[in-house]
Amino acid sequence: MIPVSFDYKRANSVSDAISLLQQHGENAKILAGGHSLVPTMKLRLATPETLIDIGGIMELKYIEDKGDYLAIGSGTTHCMVESSDLIQQKAPGLSQAAAQIGDVQVRNRGTIGGVLAHSDPQADYPGVVLALDATIVAQGSGGERTIAASDYFTGLWETALTEGEILTEIRIPTDSANANSCYLKFPQPASRYPYVGCAVAMSASGGSCSDVRVGLSGVGEFAFRDSGVEDSIRGQTLNESSIASASAKAAQGRSVLSDVFVSEEYRRAMAQVYTKRALTQLS
Amino acid sequence: MGDLIGKSVKRVEDYRLLKGEGKYTDDFNMANQTFAVYVRSPHAHAKLVNVDISAAKAMDGVVNVFTGKDIKDAGIVGSICGWQVDFKNGDTMKEPGHPILAVDKVRHVGDAVALVIAEDKGTARDAAGAVEVTYEVLDAIVDPKAAAQDGAPQIHDDVPNNTIFDWELGNKDETDKAFKNAHHITELSYHNQKLIPNAIEPRAALGHYDISDDKYTLYTTSQNPHLARLIIAAFVLSIPEHKLRVVAPDVGGGFGSKIFTYNDECGVLWASKQIGRPVKWTADRTEAFFTDCHGRDHVTDAKLALDADGNITGLRTKTYASLGAYLSNFSTCVPTYLHGTLMQGAYITPAVHVDVTAVVTNTVPVDALRGAGRPEATYCIERLIETAAREIGMDPAEFRLKNFIPPFDGVKQPGYQTQVALQYDSGNYEGTLKKVLKNAKYEKLKKERDAARADGKLMGIGFSTYVEACGLAPSALVGSLGCRIGLYDAASIRVHPTGKVTIFAGAHSHGQGHDTTFAQIVADEFGIGMDDVNVVHGDTDSVPFGYGTYGSRSISVCGNAIMKSVDKVKEKGARIAAHKLECSPEDLEFENGSWTVKGTEKSVGFGDVSLTAYVPHDYPENEEPGLDFTSFYDPANFVFPFGAHICVVEVDKDTGEVKVVKYFTVDDAGNVINPMIVEGQIHGGLAHGIGQALYEGAVYDDSGQLLNGSMLEYCIPRADNMPLFETDSTVTPCPHNPLGVKGIAEAGTIGSTPAVVNAVIDALSDYGVKDLQMPLAPQRVWAAMQQAK
Amino acid sequence: MSVNGTGYEHDVEPRTLLVQHLRDNMGLTGTHVGCDTSSCGACTIIANGETVKSCTLLAVQCEGAEIKTIEGMATNGKLHPIQESFREHHGLQCGFCTPGMVLSSWQLLERNPKPSETEIRHAIEGNFCRCTGYHNIVKAVQDAANKG
Repeated sequence: MIPVSFDYKRANSVSDAISLLQQHGENAKILAGGHSLVPTMKLRLATPETLIDIGGIMELKYIEDKGDYLAIGSGTTHCMVESSDLIQQKAPGLSQAAAQIGDVQVRNRGTIGGVLAHSDPQADYPGVVLALDATIVAQGSGGERTIAASDYFTGLWETALTEGEILTEIRIPTDSANANSCYLKFPQPASRYPYVGCAVAMSASGGSCSDVRVGLSGVGEFAFRDSGVEDSIRGQTLNESSIASASAKAAQGRSVLSDVFVSEEYRRAMAQVYTKRALTQLS
Repeated sequence: MGDLIGKSVKRVEDYRLLKGEGKYTDDFNMANQTFAVYVRSPHAHAKLVNVDISAAKAMDGVVNVFTGKDIKDAGIVGSICGWQVDFKNGDTMKEPGHPILAVDKVRHVGDAVALVIAEDKGTARDAAGAVEVTYEVLDAIVDPKAAAQDGAPQIHDDVPNNTIFDWELGNKDETDKAFKNAHHITELSYHNQKLIPNAIEPRAALGHYDISDDKYTLYTTSQNPHLARLIIAAFVLSIPEHKLRVVAPDVGGGFGSKIFTYNDECGVLWASKQIGRPVKWTADRTEAFFTDCHGRDHVTDAKLALDADGNITGLRTKTYASLGAYLSNFSTCVPTYLHGTLMQGAYITPAVHVDVTAVVTNTVPVDALRGAGRPEATYCIERLIETAAREIGMDPAEFRLKNFIPPFDGVKQPGYQTQVALQYDSGNYEGTLKKVLKNAKYEKLKKERDAARADGKLMGIGFSTYVEACGLAPSALVGSLGCRIGLYDAASIRVHPTGKVTIFAGAHSHGQGHDTTFAQIVADEFGIGMDDVNVVHGDTDSVPFGYGTYGSRSISVCGNAIMKSVDKVKEKGARIAAHKLECSPEDLEFENGSWTVKGTEKSVGFGDVSLTAYVPHDYPENEEPGLDFTSFYDPANFVFPFGAHICVVEVDKDTGEVKVVKYFTVDDAGNVINPMIVEGQIHGGLAHGIGQALYEGAVYDDSGQLLNGSMLEYCIPRADNMPLFETDSTVTPCPHNPLGVKGIAEAGTIGSTPAVVNAVIDALSDYGVKDLQMPLAPQRVWAAMQQAK
Repeated sequence: MSVNGTGYEHDVEPRTLLVQHLRDNMGLTGTHVGCDTSSCGACTIIANGETVKSCTLLAVQCEGAEIKTIEGMATNGKLHPIQESFREHHGLQCGFCTPGMVLSSWQLLERNPKPSETEIRHAIEGNFCRCTGYHNIVKAVQDAANKG
């Protein structure tokens, strides 16, 4: 219940945070909302020597329409994402995911940047940002760079962020597929993390699928785009049979998590069920 | 006599609880207090090679660190078992010790090996991490049936085959005959899984030894402070009983898990004397998962015999019950006298035989958890009944109505003697079932279900018609069965000079609303206001020796102790009133708070009589002053609530998810003091029972690791898992206690688990699924459907 | 930080959780600790107008914040209407989860004054109650919404 002692530094700006990170090196951790990090520190599974609190940096809390994309500051809380009219309109899948994270208290405090930087295999957002073809913006001492979501998740608890970098913004393209997106989740009953979280963004015209992106959270060691499903349904007339054969490809060829509570077989089956439901919903 | 009994009076305790002014154990602090943390074993079964406390002890802010050797050297053996159940052949029950801190071996994950005491919580936690323990890991055993087999790892040196006792009840020969002659036999084999209580307030203790008057004080999360004091003083720490005060203040839920006197609390009290300062310990949730006594964990084979007409002719069960790694206080009576004795249920079953083997396993100790034995019995019977009805093609409601024990009120008709020792007090089983059928509109419901199925949706209807035994219990009876304590309760009524009243209750309230219910009884009986009565409980320095609150006993045992004291106040009051009114007590009637000379308007009020009792100037000769009585009520029998439940579920064909969409109950707990509180108890009980059916259950791996030892893995029902409940009641008074009351806190749990499972099996009937193991997690339900395909 | 309308200054160890600070340093014991995994919601408080789990915040993160605990809900000894509804509808038994439950209900009604039953159940999913089966809590919140 009580973390190991650490030093606490409050960053007042992004540049402040970057220089603090440089100063304290690999034993420092960034504290955003704290809802991923503090619980692991309480159980003494994480024992950083220094915490750099970026939670107070107001310049990281925003949702803006930039024309081609929506810009979401990494300090934006799940609650802000959930209730933003802009996101509901241009990327409803993202607000649906936000609305299903944890519970109200967690959504009031937890941030989108915190979740993405953590890359928890059981988080909701990763599959969604993949399906929305988002871009992650990171800042480090060398300046700013952008990372495509498809290059961002690199492993269990691992991302393309390098040491000394801070995730500052998430960019969601305002394309027609994202405007027609959804997120459906099959939760683990106790934690309510997704056993399967399926995000789909799809543009359709004249009853057929012109473009589609499918992201799955919770299924594998890290979230992934499911090209098997995408390739199967893209260009097809949207009907029961095309959706059924596309969703049957969910997680195919992927390594899938399994444990004593949920077998690989079941998780694969649920990936198919939820993919089918998501595709059906958007058709 | 007044108008309070039977009314849904709003609770008097709510103001402070709602304002955050409740005082729970962890809310208390003492000057100069220290903080304790237990170092616990990460292994389920291991030799304890070495416990090195030197680094921990050297840390700044560490006051002291104790090991098992320290406590053993002090001659302390640890907590005890309060119920002796001997082997079938007469051999004495095996009773391995349970040291406060492990000495030679650890026997479950969470077994304590050292106690660290420091100036603050953080330091205590840090120092606990610095205690270096060397283990030699041994093979573990977690399955109750496997534990009893030859060659299983032996957990205690003096317990061969890990078997604490074997036990049977009923008539074996008659039962064998019934099965031999059966027209149809229904069989089920299942694991009534291990449950983890998870009262939301974790256990805590604040112990203090005051050298100036050689007196100990222990604030603790207990459902029964006097029992805790008795066990600690007389058996664990050998403290003169009058030198120990145990206070159980507000307690944040118990559900059985806070009945027991745990070693942890004893260790805190002992350590406070060693260091000469108060010691506070509060479990964190992880610790609670690994140390609060779990419930259930029965592996059972059950059979039901029927004749050609669909009459039940026999029931036979064989159960392996795990008691966990050590014997908790009442662990031994749960699978026996609280389980086997209920095996007849609500049915005329002419032959019953129950066989139980109780074993130790490398798991957290098992003891009473909401229902305690009766949910296991009811699950067995009600699953068998519904399965049998399905197998012979009879409607489950009709099958029950055919086999029910006919109504008996215990007055005009005698109590009903079962084949398994108990005599039911009163019952009208068909009454509750018929009423719930009507409330649920059963015929319409069946049509809805069939229409849903035709539409490709899986809907199911499940029943449960339970009888339970609570209000524990006649002391002499349980004593003859091996219980080492009494099971009466006690209450004092102190009428103050101004006519205000304080009730000192032996029962303890941790959500049951005693401050309200008990006050209702007394205010009603005395014709005074609710505001004129308050209830004191939970402090051994002020309340008489009662055995506390568990087994749905507060109203039926302590409530009737209150009634005895009420009667004594009234009798003495009448003598004082008669003196004032210059008549004889027999000429008086007491109504609306006044004694009136029958047929006249001459009367004297309750307040006048109270004042006279304490200012006895004009007073009856040879009458003692004061108006203050203590009574002990030892019940004549258990009380036997009963009821009928209907559960309606929908199963998601694709995922196996189960949703309880409707839930109907008709419960009969005899007379009711406060219907609002009774309904609240039913709701909470239902959530526990539904929780077992669908969500909860400890999962161990073969090495004895608990795989779901946190709230992130062990599923506790949340608001969106539950439906609104449609509750109703019938009233069949208890014939043998003054209030005519039974008990209701466990009934919801006891009745609901099989109703939910029966409903899911019904929903899956097109798949030919006969049985499923609990909890009915989506994967299990899905897998059963896949298999059927 | 300000707590229930009064400003306070304390030096705390960085590892001090907000709930520890409220309970141990400030004596506000109405906020409870029921778990160590940010699950149960017994420690729910309001920070800057939003409910949070005070076991998952460091006290130092709340420098300058406006904190409201259950002790700040009643005014002049009179229960807040939500508290009153809990009493009317027997929405509490042991009382341990109650402070968090009341504050989560408050948050819901702030954002959604006329919630459906489903919305109520969703809004309190981060608050565990082992006593009531949630039935009467839902009724209490419905009642508070109807009154509001």
